[in-house]
Amino acid sequence: MPDENRKWALHRALVDRVVNGEGRAFAQQRARAFRNEDLPPPLDTLIGKAATRPGQVTEADFAAAEAAGSSEDELFELVICAAVGRSARLYEAGLAALAEAAGGGEDG
Amino acid sequence: MRLDILNSGYRPTTKALFALIRLFSGHPVPDAARLVFYRPDFYGNRAKEFTHEAMRGPSDWSVADRELMAAYVSTVNESAFCIGAHTGTAEQAYQDRPMVAAVLADLDSAPIAEPLRATLRMLGKLSAAGTVSAADMRAVLSAGVTGRQIEDALAVCAAFTITGRLADVFGFDVLSPEGFEAGAKYLLKRGYR
Repeated sequence: MPDENRKWALHRALVDRVVNGEGRAFAQQRARAFRNEDLPPPLDTLIGKAATRPGQVTEADFAAAEAAGSSEDELFELVICAAVGRSARLYEAGLAALAEAAGGGEDG
Repeated sequence: MRLDILNSGYRPTTKALFALIRLFSGHPVPDAARLVFYRPDFYGNRAKEFTHEAMRGPSDWSVADRELMAAYVSTVNESAFCIGAHTGTAEQAYQDRPMVAAVLADLDSAPIAEPLRATLRMLGKLSAAGTVSAADMRAVLSAGVTGRQIEDALAVCAAFTITGRLADVFGFDVLSPEGFEAGAKYLLKRGYR
């Protein structure tokens, strides 16, 4: 990943905070939301949509997650982790493709 | 918004600030701005810092170009709030509404420089498919875009991949045209911090 890329460093700081910092949801659950993997139902539906098709999220998705025991603060955190996770995967994929295109080095 | 905490869970000082902004601007505080005030140590503080750096930090892309990238990524993501907010901001930044509309309607025929077109095309593919190839990046470099400019464009894409998702999932209210216009003026004057 690029050295001297302040934008990337700030994005990593955001990732680190929401996944590893203090939160109301367990860190392991936030990490799963970040990766959009291994969450139990009905959380998997809400977080899966948040990561890949956010326009399809409904009130019923939130209601189901709350009925299963998640608090609003936990859902606030898990949705953010899902969005930041998708963003991180896109950002990393773009930078990796650029590094490959530039022959493994920086060119700008 | 879909979570009650995002409608009424703010500290009294924050609620007072929202009321003051509404009083002086004549518009309610947009949900995108309200969200970053909720437990700001968890998300808002770092999100604002990253987004401001991506959109207003040092770059060979102009502010207008980066707002257009935000509008384009939001269009590919079909995020109504972000389309409205950043189409309006790009239009004001360029002072060219027809050009912005042309880009969002048909990138291939829009009257813009090839480096910007190639970059937007790559961001659109990344947003839709979730990945891009080295060949895609070589096409952008061949159009005259530097590696640093590509990095900067990827940062814009990363920022609006987050914001657009939160807008859709939390159910941000889509503003009136006047509300988006006021928001665009604010973003061009003050940025994202």
